[in-house]
Amino acid sequence: MPASVRAIRDAVAARSVSAVEVCRAALDRIGAVDGALHAFLRVDAEAALGRAAEIDADADLRRKPLAGVPVALKDNLCTRGLATTAASRVLEGYDPPYDATVVGRLREAGAVIVGKTNCDEFAMGSSTENSAYGLTRNPWALDRTPGGSSGGSAAAVAARAVPLALGSDTGGSIRQPAALCGVVGFNPSYGRVSRYGLIAFASSLDQIGPIAASVGDAATCMNVIAGPDPRDSTCAPAAPEDFSAALTGEVKGVRIGVPRALVAQGSDPEVISAFDAAVATLAELGARIVDVALPHSAHAIAVYYLLTTAEASSNLARYDGVRYGHRAETATLAEMYERTRGAGFGLEVKRRVILGTYVLSAGYYDAYYVKAQQVRSLIRRDYEMAFEQVDAIALPTSPTPAFPLGERTSDPIRMYLADVFTVGANLAGLPAVSVPCGFSGALPLGLQLVGPAMHDAMVLGIADAYERVTPWSSRAPAIPPR
Amino acid sequence: MYESVIGLEIHAQLLTQSKIFCGCSTRTGDPPNTHVCPVCLGLPGALPVLNRRAVELAAQAAIALGCTIHPTSVFARKNYFYPDLPKGYQISQYDRPLATGGSLQIATGGLAREIGLIRVHLEEDAGKSLHEGFPDSDRFARVDFNRSGVPLIEIVSRPELHSAAEAAEFFSRLRSILVAIGASDGNMEEGSLRCDANVSVRPGGATAMGVKTEIKNLNSFRYVQRALEFELERQTAVLEDGGRVIHETRLWDPAANRTHPMRSKEAADDYRYFPEPDLPPLRIEDAWIERLRASLPELPDARRRRFVASYGLPEYDAGVLTASPALASYFEATAAAAGNAKAASNWIMGELLGLLNERGIGIERAPIAPSALADLIRLVDSGTISGPTAKAVFAAMYTSGRGARAIVDAEGLARVDDEALIARTVAGVLAANERAVRQYHEGKRQTFGFLVGQVMTAMQGRANTEIVNRLVRRALEEGPA
Ligand SMILES: [Zn+2]
Repeated sequence: MPASVRAIRDAVAARSVSAVEVCRAALDRIGAVDGALHAFLRVDAEAALGRAAEIDADADLRRKPLAGVPVALKDNLCTRGLATTAASRVLEGYDPPYDATVVGRLREAGAVIVGKTNCDEFAMGSSTENSAYGLTRNPWALDRTPGGSSGGSAAAVAARAVPLALGSDTGGSIRQPAALCGVVGFNPSYGRVSRYGLIAFASSLDQIGPIAASVGDAATCMNVIAGPDPRDSTCAPAAPEDFSAALTGEVKGVRIGVPRALVAQGSDPEVISAFDAAVATLAELGARIVDVALPHSAHAIAVYYLLTTAEASSNLARYDGVRYGHRAETATLAEMYERTRGAGFGLEVKRRVILGTYVLSAGYYDAYYVKAQQVRSLIRRDYEMAFEQVDAIALPTSPTPAFPLGERTSDPIRMYLADVFTVGANLAGLPAVSVPCGFSGALPLGLQLVGPAMHDAMVLGIADAYERVTPWSSRAPAIPPR
Repeated sequence: MYESVIGLEIHAQLLTQSKIFCGCSTRTGDPPNTHVCPVCLGLPGALPVLNRRAVELAAQAAIALGCTIHPTSVFARKNYFYPDLPKGYQISQYDRPLATGGSLQIATGGLAREIGLIRVHLEEDAGKSLHEGFPDSDRFARVDFNRSGVPLIEIVSRPELHSAAEAAEFFSRLRSILVAIGASDGNMEEGSLRCDANVSVRPGGATAMGVKTEIKNLNSFRYVQRALEFELERQTAVLEDGGRVIHETRLWDPAANRTHPMRSKEAADDYRYFPEPDLPPLRIEDAWIERLRASLPELPDARRRRFVASYGLPEYDAGVLTASPALASYFEATAAAAGNAKAASNWIMGELLGLLNERGIGIERAPIAPSALADLIRLVDSGTISGPTAKAVFAAMYTSGRGARAIVDAEGLARVDDEALIARTVAGVLAANERAVRQYHEGKRQTFGFLVGQVMTAMQGRANTEIVNRLVRRALEEGPA
């Protein structure tokens, strides 16, 4: 049975294997591992097998770029006819009447959507422990988090249940779980992929991107999902690059910046040594390593939590029980709002809605929201200035490997620091990839590469060159039976 | 003495085919929730896309009002919870509106005055809560989202209006402009034009503003006037009694002819405005504004001045005829075809509008076309029919839809110039009215008119009045003293 996105597609196109067989294999694998992992919130075997059969019966579909490829979707992506909850009680049983733009593009490209993956509620979290439907476990160590918020998607790919999954990234929610699960995760430039149909957390930072076992598979997915969308006004109107064509394996002369001061802050020693080794590998491949400074990065977490909570407090106002989702039956309107949202939202979501409401309140708006926007501009300028000297910036994806489940749930600040290396790219709207770069004991680590806005293909190109000469991406966990 | 200070906030629905952030129709009168989609229902994941036509109409309104249109304006979220507000926020504009400044000329009591404008901005309408009409309306409210996302402009005046009459005049002039440029249909009954007023009074000569109230639900010129008259009187009475006006929102109740307190504004609403992250800033190029400016139709004020100057109409007539673009073009078409502007104006303002208003019919659906009315005027001007006959012909045209010439021919209404026939009728009338003739000779000359009238009546109003006059006078002068 072919394993990679490209191999599956080619085999299905050549009819050496049927899409139905591929789909059954994926469903079997999900059945075998998901009892231990709980990566999936919903698996729609019937619809998946039906679609696979359609592809097998249609020569045009079989030639499509993702023909027969099983795909898992983070549960904050709207799927017509398949419940979409964003891992929240407030959307329990919610059936969207439409497909997100990316979902439509995947379907058209011949992908077979097998199910929806677990995540932190409304993508708010770094461990997938904030799901209303139970946590997800890391395939490399079942007592540890897969990271978050796209933990289900990363775990599903790491467990080789599906070759490709989509996640969303607001402050590292694709890259951090990809790193912690030993797979590739890509956060595209803001505006490169349409957000239409992505349940919003923080609109000015949210991006959808692929999680795959290799950079090549992530690039294949990007070729399908990227590009202008008339339904998303923040989506860039320019035609996207050919992401696969950019994977030449060549990094000679590419200048890679390393912000040493930032990396040293709060990272585990194993993380730093794996990172140094990865940078050395890039240098051996002919890349030029340059020191860069990102002086305002120290404020990135604070800015991130001010702006994302502000936007979230407004984005989540629609969950009021009036039109869809959970509704508390009460005597008065005010009670309906209070009890619908009180029962529908989890603790972390409430914390962020309250925080964001405060940030936007009269009297605090200038001190918090406006100030945070100003610092966001400074952070963006840091990157712009760095990119005058270098083509990309290398960072660890996460300061630590996967942490034990439960370790940080009662300490939100410590949980928030898991995003210290990833939020910068979102605040500046930059493309950033995480590619496996070694292990700390049995736990995978990730190398992050950040590029200038709309230079997504180049970032993937560097990651691919690194991946070709290292063994990390090809390692898969042995999942112990539960 | 107290001085009134009034500022108006007017919401006008823009005349677009589709909503401001989605492709749903703006049509009204359809069953609830038939023009809805993920965007205007605020479904998870849906995103707004700005309707270019809405921007065009809003910009045209701003140009017509002399505002400065900003090259960059920003949409903002106004956050509040209400069942008819599907996203929990309204997409509006806040600190960077589409346009600022501008003014509108009003004239009350023969005095023209410029009223300054603060701003014009774009926003979306909310849905509509339905509190009655369903079997379970005692326990539940329902919401119709057909109106959710309909494009609006909000126009805010400076607090420079000093009487209820001025406010009503401002509202009316503003409506004429919006209708003239095709930005809005100005239909107040269906809610496409709505007015709120900020009202305060202060002792004459004071410069500080008094505490204001906000009056809602002023959806006709008459309501604006009556509501403000009531409110100004109420506030004055409160102050004269040594009381204090409360900063609050009040609702106009036309049935009770008074305003009611709705909610206090002492604790200011906090809408937590912030820039809408789902929409990039709205950028407008100068060249585009200039193209819109060039394509603007003539505004009511300019048209009124032109009617006075080129048709020689009195101010008043010009004002009436330019009240709506449809009426103005009806007049211009009639005047051009008839070659007689004054007569066209008289017929339209007298007979035609009289009948139309009586029957509640708009000029667009007048049963007499401008060319048909012009035919009638030409028949009078050429002497084919007399003035009194013309009125009868007009009435027949209105009810039957037939042409003036056809009616005149069919009913033999052409003017009688036959002197012999008229002379015989005059002789008969004088013989039958000996007393009036005697009185005339005794010096009571006004019986002349009576006798002429008798002759006209005897000839069904068709006789040439000049000839009748001449022959009656001659008969009286020649007759026995
Ligand atoms: Zn709609």
